[in-house]
Amino acid sequence: MSEPRPLGGKIVTVPFLFFSALAVLAVILIIKRFFLGLGAVTNLSDGYPWGIWIAYDVVVGTAIACGGYAMALLVYIFNKGEFHPLVRPALLASAFGYTLAGVSIFFDVGRYWQAYNLFLPWYSQLNSVMFEVAFCITLYIFVLWIEFSPSVMERLKATGMKKTMDRIMFVFIAIGVLLPTMHQSSLGTLMVITGKKLSPLWQTPLIPLLALISAITMGYAIVIFESIMSAVSFRREIETPILSKLSAFIPPLIGAYLVVRFGDLVVRGSLGEAFSGGLKGIMFLIENLLYVVPLVILVSKDNRKSPQKLFIAAFSMLLAGAVYRFDLFLVGFNPGEGWHYFPSFSETLITVGLISLEIAGYLYFVKKFPVLPGAEHA
Amino acid sequence: MDIKRRDFLKVVAGSGLLLAAGESPAGAIARPPRTMPDEAVGLMYDSTICVGCKVCQKACKVSNNMPPEHTQRPPEMIDALWDNPADLSEYTLNIIKAYKNGNAEVKNREDNGFAFIQRHCMHCVDPACVSACPVSALQKNPKTGVVTYSKNACIGCRYCQMACPFGIPKFEWDKAFPQIRKCQFCDHKFAEGGYPACAQSCPTGATIFGPARDLLAEAKKRLTLKADSYYDYPVQRIDSGNRVKQKVASYVTRVYGEKEVGGTQFIMLAGVPFGRLGLPDLGDRPDAALSEGIQHTLYKGMIAPAAVLAGLMYAAYRSTKNDK
Repeated sequence: MSEPRPLGGKIVTVPFLFFSALAVLAVILIIKRFFLGLGAVTNLSDGYPWGIWIAYDVVVGTAIACGGYAMALLVYIFNKGEFHPLVRPALLASAFGYTLAGVSIFFDVGRYWQAYNLFLPWYSQLNSVMFEVAFCITLYIFVLWIEFSPSVMERLKATGMKKTMDRIMFVFIAIGVLLPTMHQSSLGTLMVITGKKLSPLWQTPLIPLLALISAITMGYAIVIFESIMSAVSFRREIETPILSKLSAFIPPLIGAYLVVRFGDLVVRGSLGEAFSGGLKGIMFLIENLLYVVPLVILVSKDNRKSPQKLFIAAFSMLLAGAVYRFDLFLVGFNPGEGWHYFPSFSETLITVGLISLEIAGYLYFVKKFPVLPGAEHA
Repeated sequence: MDIKRRDFLKVVAGSGLLLAAGESPAGAIARPPRTMPDEAVGLMYDSTICVGCKVCQKACKVSNNMPPEHTQRPPEMIDALWDNPADLSEYTLNIIKAYKNGNAEVKNREDNGFAFIQRHCMHCVDPACVSACPVSALQKNPKTGVVTYSKNACIGCRYCQMACPFGIPKFEWDKAFPQIRKCQFCDHKFAEGGYPACAQSCPTGATIFGPARDLLAEAKKRLTLKADSYYDYPVQRIDSGNRVKQKVASYVTRVYGEKEVGGTQFIMLAGVPFGRLGLPDLGDRPDAALSEGIQHTLYKGMIAPAAVLAGLMYAAYRSTKNDK
């Protein structure tokens, strides 16, 4: 495995055009939202004031974008240098994921033109979980692009600048580990104050711990997922040995998660709710089954050597974390009689468009900048 | 690398310990609930003497410059609540709703009876919305206890709506420059010595204004009254001296808002169980106390994150040095 280098090749390909077109559609709908209000494009209501833009774009989106965090934790904090080649692609995906979450928040909030109030000390409200989340995520977006900046400097041949950056990078790496630890747990804590509106299957003082563990697990899963995906789509060799080593960290994390998850339900006497039928119970079972799949697959050393099984395990892990977050913010949330929510077509298209923008951007960056490890035969 | 069985067990056992720590009664993590200011003002609604005239609803609109509203709903959906609009909204900050059961013969009776209920902001003693708001747009007046809203601070994140256990804050979904709307206790009238329009306009004394403590005492007194006896109900303000003699109905022995989520400054009495009138069945603990308790336990005034950051910097410095 050699130093990272740009993949090269044509930028404007069929997939690139497809994803860009979806992104353009989303932008048109976002313009409509700014002129006619949130009600014109979403199915949000006073009962369900948060929909998929929060549940998916922000809560799931940033958890999927935890690859950079999870890798930094491993490589720089636990000093496992052998995983270094996986850091750059992970950071790029994280920078995109978090930036787009920030963009989503901007068009989701109603009074976006005074969003900067968050940072005015006389408005900041330090008891608010939302304040902590918003503040941390904003900072982290900047930190992520700083962490990614050496790739851009290499490409621009700004050697002196890169040298200085490398020297002080440890400060940003440390901040870049602290911030997600804080806001990934707090993203879960957001729901504590909803009290009885959230089903006892999800409402617990331990939400922050569960949200954090699953975010880290999703971070490792997305690194594996992306690595295999880009190897297949760019016809490169799959980095099986290193991915196999990385995947060994996942089972203990899932194990810890499930012990806390079910222990908590048993202690609070709410496990019965899971088997009471109904959508909430079913979603709870699906959510946890999706955690069990990667646990069972990755416990075996042989399975960890198979790219197919690694891929299935990583994908299931990502789904598990995503379903947990959807359940926490939407399925488990009941504001009272008469309220219903299912995302509108426009609302969904905006989310799809943002994901497309992320993919198109990733495709552009890996071709133009030194992100992916240069394979020997490339 | 191989996961050693022992390591795996260690992690699992460790998470068991964490679990035990987290499960210590929620009260241990929660901060103490807030208490009512000494001079807190309040509103009391007595469903048993409300005649459903909705004068308070109109007075509220006039006082707050709110437009009239006509809810478009199929008739079968507004059958139980004959009212129009059917519920609170960004245009209707105070509403009288009707409860109807069976042949609706007798007032204040659960079966085959009817009753009215008034809904607007409860002005909680320990409000979830105030705790949730990231930019101090929602504030609890330290003297009067009134929960107010400032559009100049609000960023429109709608976390207050997620947090409120009573579903009170409403958002202007169809406006390009929206704001949150809720009852602010006619805060604008206080400066001129005024008080909430709903209490001021109520002809029967169903809604009255007064010091929160006096209202609670009055509510408890009414619960001791004998059904079918007569009582002089104060009108407009508890201290107005203006009273109307009315027949006492049979009360449900509960003051709604005395204890709910740590108490509210709008309290209610009724002859029909509150659940039937559409009020949520809530615990005594304010959810804000637990939410803030968790945050502040984890962060300890930012000392914990600062210490962690120092450790992280050391580790990152050491491993990036090894790289070169």
